[in-house]
Order: sequence, then C-alpha cells, then structure tokens
Amino acid sequence: MTLTTAGAGAEHHPPRDHPPYRSSRLRHPKRPLVPLRDPEAVELSGPAFGVTDVAALDSDLTRQHPGEPLGERITVSGRVVDRRGRPVRGQLVELWQANASGRYAHQLDRHPAPLDPNFTGFGRCLTDDGGAYSFTTIKPGAYPWHNHTNAWRPAHLHFSLFGTAFAQRLVTQMYFPGDPLFPYDPILRSVSDESARQRLVCAYDHDLSVPEWSLGHRWDIVLDGPSATFFQEGDAR
Amino acid sequence: MPAPTPSQTVGPFYGYALPFPRGGDVAPAGHPDTITLHGYVFDGEGQPVPDALIETWQPGPDGSRAGVPGSLRRDPATGRALGRDGVAFTGFGRVATDADGHWAVRTLPPGGVSYVSLAVFARGLLHHLYTRAYLVDEPGDALLGSLDAAGRATLVARGEAPRTYRFDIHLQGADETVFLEFPQGPA
Ligand SMILES: [Fe+3]
Repeated sequence: MTLTTAGAGAEHHPPRDHPPYRSSRLRHPKRPLVPLRDPEAVELSGPAFGVTDVAALDSDLTRQHPGEPLGERITVSGRVVDRRGRPVRGQLVELWQANASGRYAHQLDRHPAPLDPNFTGFGRCLTDDGGAYSFTTIKPGAYPWHNHTNAWRPAHLHFSLFGTAFAQRLVTQMYFPGDPLFPYDPILRSVSDESARQRLVCAYDHDLSVPEWSLGHRWDIVLDGPSATFFQEGDAR
Repeated sequence: MPAPTPSQTVGPFYGYALPFPRGGDVAPAGHPDTITLHGYVFDGEGQPVPDALIETWQPGPDGSRAGVPGSLRRDPATGRALGRDGVAFTGFGRVATDADGHWAVRTLPPGGVSYVSLAVFARGLLHHLYTRAYLVDEPGDALLGSLDAAGRATLVARGEAPRTYRFDIHLQGADETVFLEFPQGPA
C-alpha cells in the first residue's frame, strides 16, 4: 500500500489543496498526513445509530410542513456499501440541500431567491439490512457563489454518511446527470479523475419513479477506509 | 471491489442540518466524572474558522467501543431533535464552531486509551481531517512517539483547570495540527 500525503489524497478523493476552490487556500494542511496503521485504533470502531435517532417522516423532505414544497418531486435511493461491497447496515444517512430556487434555509444564504415556507431541506434515515436508503425530496436549484465570476454551483444534494468505523466517515455531494455547469464547478472538478467524478452523479432510474408522484434517481455510495476487521483479513499488507 | 465515492466539502450551510441540540453533551447529564474538552479552530493566517464542524468519537469509560445508539434522539411526535436521553453514553459528539471559532464537548474520560478521536469538517475543506486530542502525554504511545516534539505537542490537550482540557486545531501554518490518515480500503 502506498502512503498518501495531504496533497495527493489518493486518486479517488479530491486533494485538500485545490486553488480553483478559493476557500481551500488557508484551510488545508501543508504537512503530510501521518499514516496510522494501528489495529487497536479507536477510529476502527464508530458511533451507532438506531430507531430513536430518526423520526418517521425524516426521510420525506416534502412532508415536513403543512403544504407541498415547490419544485420537481424526486425519489433518491441507493445502497451504502464498503470497499468489499458489503452492505452498511443500520447506519445514519443525512441529507441537506437548497430548495427548488437554489436557496438554503440558512440565515447566511443571501442569494435573493425565494425561501419556500414548505421546505426546509434536511432529511435523515437509517440504512436497512441490505444497506439501502431512500429519500423523497424536491430537485434543488443551482445557486451562485462568490468563488469566481459567474460561479454557479450545479444542483446538488449534500450527503453525510457513517460506516461501521469512524475512519469510514464520508461527507459528499450528489449531482444530477447532464448538468451543463459541471465543467465550471471547482468543487466537483476537485476530483481529478473523470470516472471518480462520475461516481458523484446519480442516474435517472425509471423503475424508481413513483407514478403520478416523483421521478426516481439512483445513487449508490461506497465508503472508503478500514473497519475493525480490516487488519484481520489481510488487507493491511 | 467497488471504487469509493469521493469526498466533497461540507460547505457553508450544513448548520441547520447536521448539528443537533446538546450535540456536545456526550457525558450523561450531571455525571460527576464529566470533563470538558474545548478549543478553537484556526486557518493558515491564524484567523478563527467559524464554520467548522467537529465530531468526536471515543470509548466509554469502561473501554467499550460498541457505540450505543441514541446520540441524535428525535421526538417521534414533532420530529424535533432532542439530543440523547441523558443516561446512555453513546461516545459520539458533534458540535459546530461558534462565530469565534470555538467548540466544546462535555464527555467522560475514554477507557483504555488516553485520547478522543476528532474529525474536522469545514467549508473550504474538500475532505475532512482526522486528529486526536490526547488528554495525557502518554509516554509509551506509538503515534505520539513517532512524532517530533512540535508535532507531538499539537496532539496533547492542555489542562487548563481541573477536568478542563484545551485543544486548538490549526488547519495550516506554523502550529499546524498533526492530522492522521488511515489505510484505505482494498484497491
Ligand atoms: Fe450546497
């Protein structure tokens, strides 16, 4: 196994130093990360979540207010697995996003697009025994930001995931297929490898569409990093 | 082997979504052994980072690493986040930094090890960072022993007062914190 540095971060993940994304300039370590190969490390275990951590409607972002939110209703489903393809069971998936106009329900979002009184844009669920998750929400709008002239983020959902180990933690963003803003977005393009970038883009899935209700999108998530069994199974060469 | 999903920044607007009430109260309510672990997050110019998210993970005082569910406890009637039941020790903490870059968790001393594990997320950080806050400068610790004196010092929390530990995180710069990297999954 090759060791990676703060700058290289392996080919799958973005380097933390990515000058086109201006906010990264002062917020990335310049010294190499220190590799930790300790089978006793606490980070090989991780937090657990269960039925008390989610409420019944948390996975439906369109039913958190009295009325229907504006926008195109979508179903987003997929599986969370580890690098061996094993399902990540009973773990927390969190999602947050802008509304259909591209505005976050956050006081610091000053984009002059309308807030939607029927949409907050936050959901959570637990993965099932097969590692599957599912959300009902609306398709978010693109929004401008200050990174460069005409900087617009392609429509995206923010995702937060827990594996079986703290070392498998992942926060990422899911994009929608065919977005014309892809070539201009330094955050998506911080992932240098084209096939890795494609793994951040969901697929329209006609079978996931709910008749007269929502358009289906599939997005599978693969968590990187070791878990408690990693060193016992001969991976730690 | 499936290829991993790349990381992306948590961005500036996670604040209404991820943090939850009493996310820093990891210790059961009123527990006499409660310690406070707190500090500031700084950028490469020494400016506080007001939009970082700190997550902590640790064994229970008995050394258990099983992870008890219930950190983010929700009210089933309203869906509102309640944040723990005040009884169980879940081992998981999550706090956003304040406008001055400050964060704090109240927890119990970890059993079997002398550190609390931290993950740091922030706008501008495309992939989160891991570090450890050692409550004791453990002489025999393999990680601490592998570092030079300056690096080692960045991982050891400073006892400020009885049961109060200060741990600042410097994302970049002369005092840059030592950040950790774990082996990645099978290629
Ligand atoms: Fe966003």
